[in-house]
Amino acid sequence: MNNPQLDTDGRLRHLLSIEGLPKKILNQILDTAESFLGVAEREVKKVPLLRGKTVCNLFFENSTRTRTTFEIAAKRLSADVISLNVNTSSQSKGETILDTVDNLIAMHADMFVVRHSQSGAAHFIAKHVPNHIHVINAGDGRHSHPTQGLLDMFTIRKYKPDLHNLRVAIVGDVLHSRVARSEIHALTTLGVPEVRVIAPKTLLPTHVEKLGVHVFHDMKAGLKDVDVVMMLRLQNERMNGAMLPSSQEYFKTYGLTQEKLSLAKPDAIVLHPGPMNRGVEIDSSVADGAQSVILPQVTYGIAIRMAVMAMLAGGQGGQA
Amino acid sequence: MSSIDIKLPSAEDLLKTLAQKLQPLLQPNTALVGIQSGGVWLMQRLLILLEKDIAANAIEHGTLDVSFYRDDYEQRGLKAENRPSQIPFDVENKHIILIDDVFYTGRTTRAAMNELFDYGRPASITLVALVNRGGRELPIAPQITAADITLEHSQNLQLIQNTDGHLSLELKSLTLQPSSGSTQA
Repeated sequence: MNNPQLDTDGRLRHLLSIEGLPKKILNQILDTAESFLGVAEREVKKVPLLRGKTVCNLFFENSTRTRTTFEIAAKRLSADVISLNVNTSSQSKGETILDTVDNLIAMHADMFVVRHSQSGAAHFIAKHVPNHIHVINAGDGRHSHPTQGLLDMFTIRKYKPDLHNLRVAIVGDVLHSRVARSEIHALTTLGVPEVRVIAPKTLLPTHVEKLGVHVFHDMKAGLKDVDVVMMLRLQNERMNGAMLPSSQEYFKTYGLTQEKLSLAKPDAIVLHPGPMNRGVEIDSSVADGAQSVILPQVTYGIAIRMAVMAMLAGGQGGQA
Repeated sequence: MSSIDIKLPSAEDLLKTLAQKLQPLLQPNTALVGIQSGGVWLMQRLLILLEKDIAANAIEHGTLDVSFYRDDYEQRGLKAENRPSQIPFDVENKHIILIDDVFYTGRTTRAAMNELFDYGRPASITLVALVNRGGRELPIAPQITAADITLEHSQNLQLIQNTDGHLSLELKSLTLQPSSGSTQA
């Protein structure tokens, strides 16, 4: 089968989703990120890998953290970075996505980092661009957010190196979450034996168990003896209609409090992709507590994005 | 090619020669830096040999993986396995002894020097190689070597470490690469 993410030699050409990537590539990204982690601690926080390259951040949907970390990652690789907030530019004057992309290619962009509210937007651009240009999906609709999934795996591996012995729970708004989909694919590909999702029925996609997860509707049962708790943001902006009674009600049932967390293993870690809704899906005492690894996630996110960009941009010269 | 039959020196013997040559260079602010992978193996062995003579005071040391600084990155991309560089001391004003196994084109040394300067400004860098095999492409040469051999471009000399830590040299004939391979993928 033709995988648009890999070239004919099986090397990474675009990063569009974790689904379809072999374990070997995922591990290579994680291992490469390990090497980039040290770069941030040096006197000069830069390596020359992408010197002379231009990375275009194409954000058709708002984002602060993801855009900033991609920007920092590209700059630490010595690339030139252009961040376009497309909401406020030509798109609002009626230009199509592909016209925007073609114009940037005409300006000699080498790599696109794309976020869009429509699932499949990054695939669409990847299919369109010439061979030497690379596309990274920075989140498309409800579909995928592969670098978030990867940085979560990196974080888990840092604290719990033996992935083959873990019980992981993903909690919250799985239905609207591209992060959850990327996490589930990454966890199962890397061989985590037990992945649980905990959510009310209204916030779960139908047939979610086909992804290889165990479904729980009760926090207390779902959190029992897990090693890792991955919280999701309640995505109010993507909801239409009454899926929940109220955010207070949601917090009571599905918000992560110290009390609920105490059901997990005593050394369990808590992740959250941000931005957090304190008092909705997570209590402040947990978010700022000893088991939280939410800020390390942000730091690791830069190393992961550096690794992905470095792997995409290298090794093209040998091809016809 | 018949030169593949060259009698190679023993890497273990060369290591001892190298340690003897390095001994007089050690000062209080000297640090050893090995380049992955062969240079790191050598450094680990050199530390043992050199520290024998320095009472209690361990020599500061670190490792470099120059993958992120190579000039052929765009053609070759990243190796599947790269290791984090680890320089656990302050490079500023140190006399660095940079250790590589086989000196060839000088491109690895250039990458290593560029990386070192991103950690700070060393007082000096001395390049040490177990073997200088000839064929440099840059105005860079090792100051200290244990052996000098002249090899063809089609030959590849490698330092090998076996499971018990024993070091040896291995010469292979490359059939595919017409030149040094430094600019071709």
